[in-house]
Amino acid sequence: MRFLSRLAKDLKKYRVYYMLALPAIIYYFIFSYKPMYGAIIAFKDFKPMKGIWGSPWVGLEHFQTLFHSAFFWDILLNTLKISLYSILFGFPAPIILALLLNEVRHTFVKRTVQSLTYIPHFISLVVICGLIKAFSGSDGLINDLIAWFGGERVSMLLWPEYFRTLYVSSGIWQEVGWGSIIYIAALAAIDVEQYEAARIDGAGRFKQLLHITLPGIKTTIIIMLILRLGHVMGVGYEKIILLYNPNTYSTADVISTYVYRKGVLEFNYSFSAAVGIFNSVIDFTILILANRLAKRWNETSLW
Amino acid sequence: MNKRTLGEKIFDSCNILFLLLLSFSTVYPLIHVAFASFSDGNMLMTHFGFLFHPLNPTLDGYIAVFKNKFVLTGYRNTLFIIVVGVALNLFMTAISAYALTREGMMLKKPILLFIIFTMYFSGGLIPGYLNIKSLGLIDNLFVLIIPAAMSAFNFLILKTFFESIPSSLEESARIDGANELVVLFRIIIPLSLPAMAVIALYYGVAHWNSYFSAMLYIRTKSLYPLQLVLRELLLTSESNAMATGDTGAANNLYETLKYALIMVATVPILVVYPFLQRYFVKGALIGAVKG
Repeated sequence: MRFLSRLAKDLKKYRVYYMLALPAIIYYFIFSYKPMYGAIIAFKDFKPMKGIWGSPWVGLEHFQTLFHSAFFWDILLNTLKISLYSILFGFPAPIILALLLNEVRHTFVKRTVQSLTYIPHFISLVVICGLIKAFSGSDGLINDLIAWFGGERVSMLLWPEYFRTLYVSSGIWQEVGWGSIIYIAALAAIDVEQYEAARIDGAGRFKQLLHITLPGIKTTIIIMLILRLGHVMGVGYEKIILLYNPNTYSTADVISTYVYRKGVLEFNYSFSAAVGIFNSVIDFTILILANRLAKRWNETSLW
Repeated sequence: MNKRTLGEKIFDSCNILFLLLLSFSTVYPLIHVAFASFSDGNMLMTHFGFLFHPLNPTLDGYIAVFKNKFVLTGYRNTLFIIVVGVALNLFMTAISAYALTREGMMLKKPILLFIIFTMYFSGGLIPGYLNIKSLGLIDNLFVLIIPAAMSAFNFLILKTFFESIPSSLEESARIDGANELVVLFRIIIPLSLPAMAVIALYYGVAHWNSYFSAMLYIRTKSLYPLQLVLRELLLTSESNAMATGDTGAANNLYETLKYALIMVATVPILVVYPFLQRYFVKGALIGAVKG
């Protein structure tokens, strides 16, 4: 009771502030927490007519259907593969670019390369995918180049074996310049005296890179990696939905796109919600693990 | 500068060569699109390899783009979403960020947690979709505005900025008899214009680029925002674009049309961005303090 009366007093004393916070509270309640509650339809046989509460419970049935279905391993593996390839090639790319730029002494070259490479970051996803389609089509520029070198023309977006390459390489093309900005900032913060000292000790440029530059940006790299690992499962489904088609489902379909198709297009609400929950649980676990590992290795972490 | 060894010289040359090649491969596709957009469709169809100038220059592509009424309604809808959306975004974010900088409120911590938790956890696509459906927002432009009224990340950026404003300014205003709202709108917000600009930019870009929620919730074509119109014209169905005209000629026209469309949807952004870029970096830095 003492607590309640204190609370009542507090609410009265700060009523204007509480009122200013109220719209945000209502907003998050309706658009974030209500759907979280709605996620229990994954454990129900949801019928829109009966509503969330009125639909009958079915326990883990939808999860069992998922784990026993033939394509489950396909979409799980696709998700992991696309994500791991993007990390494997996409994550180091901006670091390498930043390091190479760091070795350039002409300020003009450096500036120009930097500002040119970050342009694609500004283009919307739909336009990027339009570019990919135009350039990778059988009469597109990429095929013109392949044909010029004596290769076969191939409509890449129609063949599953090219999907990951297109997805990952276009991602690097779009983000490498922009991604390098943060590392360039980190590089600029390294003390110049350290390099001078190393030179006096006879360290060549490679040695300087190894012993001064890389350790200098280690923290930034680790934080960026944790952030990236946090959405391993949620790989850019918005981009995949724009690029894939039934021909390429075998390599392009990931868990989130599957959720979208089954749920929104085929109305299997409960089943789709179950797949979605599976997805976010794994994502959350990976984020926590990555953070813990980083803490142990390097005493750097997000929280 | 100390002398460079032969190895270093070779490395430096290769490095610069590599970086120039990289820049070329970044920029060339856009140049190609620009030239193609001014080219004659028939010649473009038979053209092979790089383009170094427009082929038989014409504005046909652009004329076709602006004749398409959905491109125009798309632009209009996107502008509406950005203007109304960003206004709502700024209002919601500013009042709640201000409210939650107040020290001593008993419920401050719980409310903050309530907001920040949503950054890490959500109900998922399907429950979110059903929620919007049950609210009756389907096929209404406000479905792209209201459910995106606020972002917890931008809220944190602004709140951090508000906290950096010396409280003495606020106190002196209070002595002069200003109430909380006057303090917010006359002192805090005017002093936070740079931060407000940064988050307005973040919100605006998000609205400009988003297509997914429109794809989920908008059915009527005249309500499509620009990105969804683009998706339809560039990605889903060439046949649709062709079906609107007579086949052979339309097919060739489509070649230039798609490039003109890419230009129309990209050039405004490319023109504006370089000026806004430093604000982005600034925002990222404010965000990094607490993100």
